[in-house]
Amino acid sequence: MTTRAQQTAIRTEIVVEAPAERAFQVFVDQFDKIKPREHNMLQVDVAESIFEAHAGGRIYDRGIDGSECQWARVLVYEPPTRMVFTWEISPHWQLETDPARASEVEVRFVPETPQRTRVELEHRHLDRHLDGWEGLREGVAGPDGWPLYLQRYADQLR
Amino acid sequence: MSAPEDLVPDCAQRYLSSGFTGALVSASLRLVTAYAVHQLDALGDPTRRAIFERLVTRPRAVGELAGELPISRPAVSQHLKVLKSAGLVIDEAIGTRRVYRVDPDGLAALRAELDRYWTTALATYKQLVEHTTQEDL
Repeated sequence: MTTRAQQTAIRTEIVVEAPAERAFQVFVDQFDKIKPREHNMLQVDVAESIFEAHAGGRIYDRGIDGSECQWARVLVYEPPTRMVFTWEISPHWQLETDPARASEVEVRFVPETPQRTRVELEHRHLDRHLDGWEGLREGVAGPDGWPLYLQRYADQLR
Repeated sequence: MSAPEDLVPDCAQRYLSSGFTGALVSASLRLVTAYAVHQLDALGDPTRRAIFERLVTRPRAVGELAGELPISRPAVSQHLKVLKSAGLVIDEAIGTRRVYRVDPDGLAALRAELDRYWTTALATYKQLVEHTTQEDL
């Protein structure tokens, strides 16, 4: 059985044929191309995603009309070893307006040879997005709880 | 460049004008994950809703559900399979029994979604690292 800690994180990794310095640099400089565009929180198409390369920097999308959406902050920036940034996007791909509900992403660059780097990505504290659920769950048996939600689900089907 | 505070409204607006309108806005919004359509389908069946409602009050084994509802044990198992694949319930082996409970927070669905997201991102990243030259940077 998996533990709660394991359940609240996902880990994925990839090996790239490049030195760690270059692997790190490409991740930051080309972040615009790396980030899948499918989940856009702006009302217009994304022109560009910007990764400000320093601790405290912002990660944000800029729309084609100049509108901007910041969805992350850089917490740790240690080239060419690792970086940590917040993830302020809710499970519904909406902006998390409460910073306490942000999860975080750590990317580590581990040299395997001078020309090969293992890139490990961990997206953790996913349960923070779900904080508040406990309180909600307490009310699930009441009239405003699951019976109501289920009715709403059913209504959506009509 | 705008101050960080100015960045929020551009996407907060999207939040307000998003497709989740009417009854699904507010509290219930939190219950609808990226698998909403799946879940709607799964709960569209009255028997599955009855099973799900029973699991909401407390975890139950397949046999218990079959005893409480006018359907066979294999039919209960089939419905549970659908609820599980929609990310609505999780199961756990306790002794010789398999006990089902409501996935309390949609964590499994969130994990699956992010796992896909980052796997896609890293595959693109690998292409970029290995197919751009130093001069391109």
